Amino acid sequence: MFALARHAVTGHRRWPLAWRSPTPRRRYQVVIVGGGGHGLATAYYLAKEHGISDVAVLEKGWLGGGNTGRNTTIVRSNYLLDANAHFYEHSLKLWEGLSQELNFNVMFSQRGVLNLAHSDPQIDAFLRRGNAMRLNGIDAEWLDRDAVARRLPLLDCSDRARFPVLGGLLQPRGGVARHDAVAWGFARAADARGVDIIQNCEVTGIRRDGNRVVGVDTSRGHIAADKIGIVVAGHSSRLAAMAGLRMPIESHVLQAMVTEPVKPVLDTVVTSGAAHMYISQTDKGEVLVGGDLDGYNSYAQRGNLPQIEHIVQAAISVFPFLSRLRLMRTWGGIMDMTMDGSPIIARTPLAGLYFNGGWCYGGFKATPGSGWCFAHTIARDQPHPLNAAYTLERFASGRLLDEKGAGATPGAH
Amino acid sequence: MSDQPFRSATGGLVDRTRPLGFRFDGRRLSGFAGDSLASALLANGVRLVGRSFKYHRPRGVFGLGVEEPNALVTVGSGARREPNVRATQLELYEGLVATSQNRWPSLALDVGAVNDLLSPLLPAGFYYKTFMWPASWWMRYERLIRRAAGLGRAATEADADRYEKRYQHCDVLVVGAGAGGLAAALAASRSGARVVVVEDARHLGGSLLESEARIDGAPALDWVKAAAAELAACSNVRVLTRAQAFGYYDHNLVAVAERVADHQPAPDPHMPRQRLWWLRAGNVVLATGALERPLVFGANDRPGVMLASAARGYASRYAVRCGQRACVFTNNDSAYATIAALRRVGVEVAAVVDVRAGGPGVAAAQCATDAERLYGCVATRALGGRAVSGVEIRHVEGGRLAGPKRRIDCDVVCVSGGWNPTVHLFSQSGGRLRYDETLAAFVPGAPRPGQHVVGACAGTFTLHGCLREGFAAGVAAARAGGFAGAMPRLPEVAESAAAHIEAMWEPPPIPRGRSKRFIDLQNDVTTDDVRLAAREGYASVEHVKRYTTLGMGTDQGRTGNVNGLAVLATALGSDVASVGTTTFRPPYAPVPLGAIAADEVGGRVAPLRRTPLHDWHSRAGALWVNVGLWQRAQLYPRAGEAMADAIAREARHVRNQVGLVDVSTLGKIELQGRDVAAFLEKVYCNRWRSLAVGRCRYGLMLREDGFVFDDGTTTRVGEHEYYMTTTTAHAAAVLSHLEFYAQTVWPALHVHLTSVTDQWGAMALAGPSSRDVLAQVVAGCDVSAAALPLMGFVEGHIAGMPVRLFRISFSGELGYEIHTPADFTEAVWQVLLDAGRPFAIAPYGTEAMNVLRIEKGHVTGAELDGRTTPADIGLQRLLRQEEDFVGARSLERTALNGAGRRTLVGLVSRDGARIPRGAQLVVDPMEPPPVAMLGHVTSACFSPELDAEIALALVEDAVRWREQVLFAASPLTGEHVAVTVTDSVFVDPEGQRARG
Amino acid sequence: MLLIECPWCGARPHTEFSYGGDAVVRRPPDPQAVSLDEWLDYVYLRDNPMGPHLEWWHHVYGCRRWMRMRRDTLTHDVLEVTPVDHPTGQGS
Repeated sequence: MFALARHAVTGHRRWPLAWRSPTPRRRYQVVIVGGGGHGLATAYYLAKEHGISDVAVLEKGWLGGGNTGRNTTIVRSNYLLDANAHFYEHSLKLWEGLSQELNFNVMFSQRGVLNLAHSDPQIDAFLRRGNAMRLNGIDAEWLDRDAVARRLPLLDCSDRARFPVLGGLLQPRGGVARHDAVAWGFARAADARGVDIIQNCEVTGIRRDGNRVVGVDTSRGHIAADKIGIVVAGHSSRLAAMAGLRMPIESHVLQAMVTEPVKPVLDTVVTSGAAHMYISQTDKGEVLVGGDLDGYNSYAQRGNLPQIEHIVQAAISVFPFLSRLRLMRTWGGIMDMTMDGSPIIARTPLAGLYFNGGWCYGGFKATPGSGWCFAHTIARDQPHPLNAAYTLERFASGRLLDEKGAGATPGAH
Repeated sequence: MSDQPFRSATGGLVDRTRPLGFRFDGRRLSGFAGDSLASALLANGVRLVGRSFKYHRPRGVFGLGVEEPNALVTVGSGARREPNVRATQLELYEGLVATSQNRWPSLALDVGAVNDLLSPLLPAGFYYKTFMWPASWWMRYERLIRRAAGLGRAATEADADRYEKRYQHCDVLVVGAGAGGLAAALAASRSGARVVVVEDARHLGGSLLESEARIDGAPALDWVKAAAAELAACSNVRVLTRAQAFGYYDHNLVAVAERVADHQPAPDPHMPRQRLWWLRAGNVVLATGALERPLVFGANDRPGVMLASAARGYASRYAVRCGQRACVFTNNDSAYATIAALRRVGVEVAAVVDVRAGGPGVAAAQCATDAERLYGCVATRALGGRAVSGVEIRHVEGGRLAGPKRRIDCDVVCVSGGWNPTVHLFSQSGGRLRYDETLAAFVPGAPRPGQHVVGACAGTFTLHGCLREGFAAGVAAARAGGFAGAMPRLPEVAESAAAHIEAMWEPPPIPRGRSKRFIDLQNDVTTDDVRLAAREGYASVEHVKRYTTLGMGTDQGRTGNVNGLAVLATALGSDVASVGTTTFRPPYAPVPLGAIAADEVGGRVAPLRRTPLHDWHSRAGALWVNVGLWQRAQLYPRAGEAMADAIAREARHVRNQVGLVDVSTLGKIELQGRDVAAFLEKVYCNRWRSLAVGRCRYGLMLREDGFVFDDGTTTRVGEHEYYMTTTTAHAAAVLSHLEFYAQTVWPALHVHLTSVTDQWGAMALAGPSSRDVLAQVVAGCDVSAAALPLMGFVEGHIAGMPVRLFRISFSGELGYEIHTPADFTEAVWQVLLDAGRPFAIAPYGTEAMNVLRIEKGHVTGAELDGRTTPADIGLQRLLRQEEDFVGARSLERTALNGAGRRTLVGLVSRDGARIPRGAQLVVDPMEPPPVAMLGHVTSACFSPELDAEIALALVEDAVRWREQVLFAASPLTGEHVAVTVTDSVFVDPEGQRARG
Repeated sequence: MLLIECPWCGARPHTEFSYGGDAVVRRPPDPQAVSLDEWLDYVYLRDNPMGPHLEWWHHVYGCRRWMRMRRDTLTHDVLEVTPVDHPTGQGS
């Protein structure tokens, strides 16, 4: 605020650059491929937690231009399986101090995330998950139908609903954050610690010397590195292929959309698994809605009308008042879906090469935790206990982390 | 009623014989049929129509149609209240009630306007830099921000209107019915191709509606009328007006929202409010035209500053004067047509300020003869408060302001900064844009296959060019669909050359100038905001958009974006082409969610499946439960009976007498062919070759990853005919799964698969007396214990109706599944109930069925949650060793075997307390978190047979915990119940009863 | 919404179909004969290309035939649809 007032006097003509635009050096200790939230967070925590600032973040386009800038901004840690619960809870705790940590307001708003239950089996599954959360030290509350109705006055709790609301599982500490700000905040803070953030620099190849990686070829020349971290949501398989690796990943498109802005009508983040949609209202007043995957492999960040229709039908069924709001913008993001629906933060079979990806729908909320764990994994050449389960080997060993029990069908998670 | 002081007595497309009364912010006003709300407001001299998003500055009508950033109003009330409606697109109707938005207490006196005074503290991205301390206060700050944000107020009720959707295929779809679009439609229709024409406006004609041009020597409007008449007479042509093509999707699917009743006080009860068209076209002709962009200068947001094309449109289409004295500010020739149009309705044009030192082309210059001509000049600042009162003018020399300041008094400033082709749909389809320096605009690059771009959308701004391109595209599109079309004769059009546009993105800086120069009027983004973003390193065009919110309003930057890109390019020392555009995302213009959903909402959002016995259950007073898409009878409570009591009664009745339950929802698949047994051995993990005709067997189906997918029974009905049942939940998925393997993996196996789920009704007759009941009614087969043993099958008749009898027991009692064609199901059910009366037969629902199966330790979806292996549920013995079946090899993985797996057990509550649903099993529930969880409850119930609270559960290291005490912990409900771990089969573990 | 040329039914919207994933990977004809790693590669690993992709589609709301389709995962252009061979099985 004081800075704002000071700069107001000079007509805001003296605000400094949020980050430099350095020319890439020939060699770095660590090269992070991917300038999204996860990559920038990794660089930040490498510098801050591990004292490694000889780091370059290479981004083929603009910072935060991938899924960081096209998700539905939900932050939560309401997971069933222990490994996921502990990891996402760690991430949520990092979120809780992130604006102050970065001195950049990421607008983390803990307005609560409520999963609506529409059937008996769903109640059982939600209770099971909520109880596991509580026993893992994560906040969770069960709301009966009346409590749900009180919290969401515009929700259709009537029996005319095709899938009547029977209750809901609430995580009060869950919420939303300003997605772009997360990338910018980490970029600024990483830059301040000496990290080189290099935009418009596309990695075109990964160089190996035997079983060890030694650098990357880029659209701006070769850059040598002792360690390389791949963290490129939406393009994980392609980057891995440059190192000769095949991944247990398929890329799918997920649609999201916002309505025109209106005065506040919805203060909680609401999800409905039976109706296949989730919804919140942004600080600008737009109602933000997301749904299921389009259903087939895709790298096209494009709209898909049947899926949009389906999501809108579900949204109006849950919140009938939405019918007269107008759809303002739709977009698609590419989800790297793993074969068990959980992410990978791990070493790879190649020495010096580390992989972070397969975030399915869950990448945004993981941003600080993912960067924190990936930095640890890279710096120490071994995972932190929080990401020890997120290996590539788990598919071969059978130690799967399948929250939904959907099996090796990535589009079904 | 006022007398519309700004309306001319003649001209325009309004019907002066049909005055319409309406209200704006409570004021009674009147307009004419044919007006938009915006034209009617302007006709009444209403200049102030809204407040801006951030600074709450006064705003007036700026555009003519879809491009409008300012004039957003709330229309209607109650279940029909709709916020953020563009007054420029809303057709006036009798009784229309509109209110202004984003102001308090009133439009004229708005407290929020204090933000304008605070604006030095609120530059782009200010919120990222503040509201962080103290950390806990963000939620408080945020509440205030949320209240201040958001334009209008949403309705709080369900929509009172109906919507519908239609699918349509056509050979040629023409989007836009201006000169190019009409020409394309004419050419294509004459070939015999199926043509659909989509036009957003009420009338066909596009910019020809206000054009002075003559086609073949007659007014352009005559040509439009002739074209419209010809198209209307063609049976192969459908013309949609008031229809906005808003999305261009894969494979030439174009979505169109048709406003059927938005121009009426209330829809005809037999008509929808809007209709969504899913148009699939062989070829698409994009003739979407272009939108004017403004010139940017100080305080350019004052009410009265408007697009030159809009002022021209209000004069020509509506005979409305946007003011009394105008100043035109332009950098191109198109704005000169506005001068003539304004004069015709009686507006004095004080001056033409043209950025170009050389002024316009010859034809345009003739329009300006009576006005003061200020060439090589720019407007630097608009004067006035809630309405513009004048404009300051300076000469520009060598890129700098020069000479003295001139003031021109005027109450309307018409601005034209050139034209942006409406490339949105083209871009949505995957087409790439290029920047054309000559036009100072982004134009389409190469069209996608099956696509044609014509006219202003393609950067062609001459009428002759539009017609020529339209005809050519119409012919080409028809030919692509196999229709032979001939190029029509091009009409005569007299046009003189226009002088080139001179790009001018903002006037040179004014030393110590304080006036804001607005780029995005709706979101209050100024040139300084864009420069600040660039200065801070938010240099990518996407960063600028996101940091400043440029182009993120309801107008999606239609008038502001290119100016913003150009200001950014200048700030970066780059050029517009290199900066590029942000992505054009659908919808082109906002569409009501209701129109997209098209009434498939609420009870109609998914189909409801009912069993053949539905009506019977309904008459019997059953309570219902949703199971997937099915509605099933949950229980049949008696008067005054509590639910738990009814469930226990129904379950007890089966154990002691006999009950009947509807199991029609089971998936049912017929398998026929020589190789069915071999196929079953591939898709199930257990043995099938030994199954004799007339026998049933339990089957367990895995996924390739080794986890259990589904279970059920399969019966060998005949030599080469089998009948499979699946779980209700997986019926469809199992069929697809089997078809995949039959068709793609083992196509050599001779197997035919047919779903018969809906063809067969099914019921289970269970209980000690079930054979006695059955024996009374069955004919044509022997159901004695010897003739029909457990897992046996016979076919027979009940009251003349064919039935399949399976001696299968889910309840653990002596029992039968009786399958019968769906049409006979209710009759068979009734015959059994009648015959069972001496045995006190009673129907039971899904709840009692669940109790019975829990008591027997039978697994369902609660246990088979996609993470369990056969061994986990105690069915390891079924697996065929060393043989291939789906999922076999995956089971070899270390983590799928041995220690650490959770396996199936039973639990009995030690003190009679209910075992909570979804409870986790722990050693010590009082331990502080994180508490190690050893397992979880999958299914729990009260067991009438044991008179105990029991459950099934999956537990790690089950052998160790057998007969030990654990706690079923449910912190969510504040329960933790001591339980003894037992075997998973509570009742009749030897299976004697079912065998009886 | 894609338009898919079903070899049996003609051009239909993709909403009539369900997607069955990568059709390049082939189930080993004799799973017992390959190493466990090879088997698990089949179950779990995918090329996931950006560009042409051979994949399974199932005409669930039509003829219920599985078919192979070559489709570009970036442009969504359908390049080729081929029926599955069925020497003695389902196609009689």
